[in-house]
This record gives sequence, C-alpha cells and structure tokens, in this order.
Amino acid sequence: MKWFAIAVIAASLLLPPFLAGDFYINLASQILIAAIFALSLNLLVGFGGMTSLGHASYLGVAAYISALLTSRYGFGHGSAAVISIAGAVVMAAFFGIIALRATGLGFLMITLALSQVLWGLAYRMSNVTNGDNGIAGLTRPAPFGISLDRPASFYWFVLIVAAFAFLMMAIFVSSAFGSSLKGVRDQPRRMAALGFNPWLIRWITFIYAGFWGGVSGLLYVYYHKYIHPTSLSTTSSAEALLGVIAGGSGTLGGPIVGAAVVLLIKNYASAYVERWNMLLGLVFLFIVLVMPAGIVPGVSRLTATMRRSPQ
Amino acid sequence: MTAAVSNLALEVVNLKKAFGGLTVTQDVSLAVRPGERRLIIGPNGAGKTTLFNQISGDLRPNSGLIRLFGADITQLPPYRRAHAGLSRTYQIITLFAGDTLEHNVMLGLLGLRPSRWQMWRPISFYGDLATEARRTLDTVGLLHLAAHPISDIAYGEKRRVELAMALGQKPRVLLLDEPLAGLSNTERSTVKSLIASIPRETTVIMIEHDMDTALDLAETVTLLNYGRVIVEGERDAVIADERTREVYLGT
Repeated sequence: MKWFAIAVIAASLLLPPFLAGDFYINLASQILIAAIFALSLNLLVGFGGMTSLGHASYLGVAAYISALLTSRYGFGHGSAAVISIAGAVVMAAFFGIIALRATGLGFLMITLALSQVLWGLAYRMSNVTNGDNGIAGLTRPAPFGISLDRPASFYWFVLIVAAFAFLMMAIFVSSAFGSSLKGVRDQPRRMAALGFNPWLIRWITFIYAGFWGGVSGLLYVYYHKYIHPTSLSTTSSAEALLGVIAGGSGTLGGPIVGAAVVLLIKNYASAYVERWNMLLGLVFLFIVLVMPAGIVPGVSRLTATMRRSPQ
Repeated sequence: MTAAVSNLALEVVNLKKAFGGLTVTQDVSLAVRPGERRLIIGPNGAGKTTLFNQISGDLRPNSGLIRLFGADITQLPPYRRAHAGLSRTYQIITLFAGDTLEHNVMLGLLGLRPSRWQMWRPISFYGDLATEARRTLDTVGLLHLAAHPISDIAYGEKRRVELAMALGQKPRVLLLDEPLAGLSNTERSTVKSLIASIPRETTVIMIEHDMDTALDLAETVTLLNYGRVIVEGERDAVIADERTREVYLGT
C-alpha cells in the first residue's frame, strides 16, 4: 500500500514531460511552484500557529527584485537570484519584527496590512515597477548553459528545486528546532518555562518561511516571464492559505495537494465557468464540511478506517 | 552592585502584585536556603500560584525583588530564568497531548541545550537526548509508556510526566504547584516518594493542599493568606502556631 502510494506520486511527478502536452507540463510546473509557496506558508500556519494573510509579499518582492535587476539593471540571473532571495529574507525579518508583536488575529491583520502596503507600492510607484502594466519581456535563466525555455526543461528545473525545498522543509519541521516550534504553537507559556524563547523561535520561522516564499517567487517570475502587482495582492496570499487549509495545515503533503486543487480549479474551471472563484469557494466549503482537518488528514483517516473494517 | 554574596537559593523581597484593584500579593518576602524543602500553604485565593508565577516570570510583579542564588532575576523573561536553574510544574497539567511521553521529556531537556536551535537534522538523530529522556522517565516509573502519546495515559501518570519534565532539567530550584492534586491514594504515595528522592542539589518549593502528605516532605513552611506571609518557620513550629490553626487548619 505504502509502496503503491510512493509509486503513484513518483509517476505523477516524473511522467508529465514524457506523456503530456505543453499545456499540462506548464500546469504541472505551476502546481509545483504554488506547492513550494504553500509549503512555506504552512511553516507559519500549520507548524507555527501563525496564520498569515500576507505571505505573497515574499513571493512578490523576490519576483520584482529579480525582474528589475535582470531587465533594467543588466544583472545576470545568478546574482539577481541571490539578491532577490536576500531581499525577501530581509523583508521577512523586518515584517516579522512588526507582525510578531501580536499573535492570532492581530498577527493576521498586521501581515495583511503590510502586504497591502507593498501591493500599493507596486501599483503606484510606476516609475519603478511599471505599475498596472507590470514588467514584461523577462527571460528565464540558463543554468549550466541549459535553456529553460521549453516547458519540459523548465519542468525538470522546477521539480529539482521543489524536491529540494520539500526535503529541507520536511527536515526543518522534524528537527529539534521544529519540535520547539510546534511546542511554542501548542503551549507557549510552558515552552518559555522550559527555557525556550518563543518570540525568537517564531521570528526565525517567519524569516525561514520568507526565504522559501522568495524561492517560489523567483520560480514564479521565471515561469511567467512577467510580473504584475496582483502577485503581491491579498488574493494571492489568500489563495495559498486556502490551499494550505484545504490540503491540511500542519502536514507535509497537505499544502501540495491543496495548491494543486486550487490551481486545477483555477486553470480548468476558468475555461468553462466565468465565475470560477465561486466554484473554488464551493469546493473549499465542501472540503471543510466533509474533512475539517483538510484533504490529506481526511483521506488518511478514511483509508485507516477502511483497513480496519473487515472486507 | 549592592547585593552582598548571598547564600540563599531563592530570595523574594517585598513582592507586590495587583490585578486592577485586586491586590493578590500584598507584600511577600521569602528566603529559601539551598537544598531546603519548603512548603507553601494557604487557603484558596491566598496568592500562592500568583507568587509562583512571579518567581517563574509568567507574571511581572508591580514592585519588589526576586533573587536566584544572589542574582536579580526580577526583570528576566521566563526562559532566561530556566537557564539560570529554575524549573516549575503546573497546577493545571500543561503537556503536549499529541506527543509521546519521551518527546515531552525530550522537550524539557532540549530547552536548556544549544541543540534546540538545530534545524538541519531530524530530532530522531539525537540518540543521547532520547536515552536521557528514557532514563528520566524510568526514575518516575513510566519507562514502559515512553512511546505512548500523552493523550493515552491516566491523569496520575500525567502528573508524573510533569515532574519528569522538570526533573530532567536538573534544576537548582524547583517549584512544584500542587503536585499531588487529584491523585488517588496509591498515586499519591508514588509521587510522594518521588519528591522525597529528589537530590539535595535541588531546592524544592512546593504548594500543596494535602497536608498529611506534604508536611512529611517539608522542613519549613510558609503560610500565606490574603497575599501576605502570616507564619513562617520550621514545620512543627508553624503547625503548632495559633495563627495557622486560625487561618488554615480550622478548629
């Protein structure tokens, strides 16, 4: 059973470039990028108990920095990538200091407000960001001289980054630090009495989540070769949060499944239904009603019950 | 620096704490010698747990001083006090319900170690941490349940895990907030002998209502009422004191 599941996952990750057309290969790339983004948000929401509605800030900032550096200032992709991610990290460190003055709803509102500020800047500072027109005509990097312009080669590139990101975040949550983080989520007072510094643990996690948010932002701008203020919008943050909660927050598989569901609905349904947002809302409602903990915990509970009951 | 070299484990000087108009700690001073077994008694609402919360740093006093082995800790956050050698247990059990007993005790050990910041290795790679957690669980007689989640075990066993979490830290000063509350007779004697076996390097300060058991463990007793120290001294002297009978033991 377990091996069967692993085989299915491996096949669904490795086969698309060989079997599917460009549309589906591109869709798969987008899902992987959204999955990295959702996984990074899940570090805050699921493992840290910090529900953020501003996580798109880190995706957007890294994407914008990379776009500006490569298109306007003549930077190479390598140095631009390093600076973009560093920019997202510094921003997360700064935003974290502000947002972590509060917890719960206060934290959520501050993250929302901060991301709105960035979104507003991207819109209004049109001499820098090109405002509502966005920045177009961007290029993809060519690591080791390999062009990533073909959908399949870009997919492989994204898959490698996504696998690495998944591995790093999986190790992070199962590490000693990850245990401290989960402890602070559940019993902050107790953890402080045991010698843990709850604030610092949350702040470091916030920065780390910002780092992976920045990585997903880079991939995002590489994929689209275009960046627009909507990437920084609350909708963008909320979609990822929706994916995390629908898939199962605090699990490793949940955000991936959730991100895939959101993107599939967005891409498929929008072709047939004009109000695809409504459909997304209905699907989300259905998931929350049937599987309150999310798809991944819900399905694993279901299979566990099925296995226990005799055939 | 005015503080003379203190030979006290814990010193509380003129502590005051009010919640709005309600003064919970009026003016409390305590002096506990290293290795001492101190029992703090008093009727409900006397301010015992509030006093503990101020010593552990969960609450900040309005005024007064708290010294741990001569060092002023009044303004330190709770985690710094833990690193200075202070551990506590809670009256209301606060464990990590979904995690195993072993993991709970490991968190206690981790809290004082630099490896708590380690992010690039799964925690299961730290064999010594698990070994020590198991050894600590063994001292409280729960080794056989090490792999069970907290939610699986009985209330009395949870009390012992609370104790194991604190003892694993090898504190210099241990605050026990009603360690016997809600226990059956058998469990009570188990926990009692556990507390009795705490090494003398650890100073123990305990709040407890169960006088029969707790008085056996104590050398000195402080009686609080309405946020003040009413009587303090050697156990027998405090029990014999007229004011103790008036306030607490009843006649």
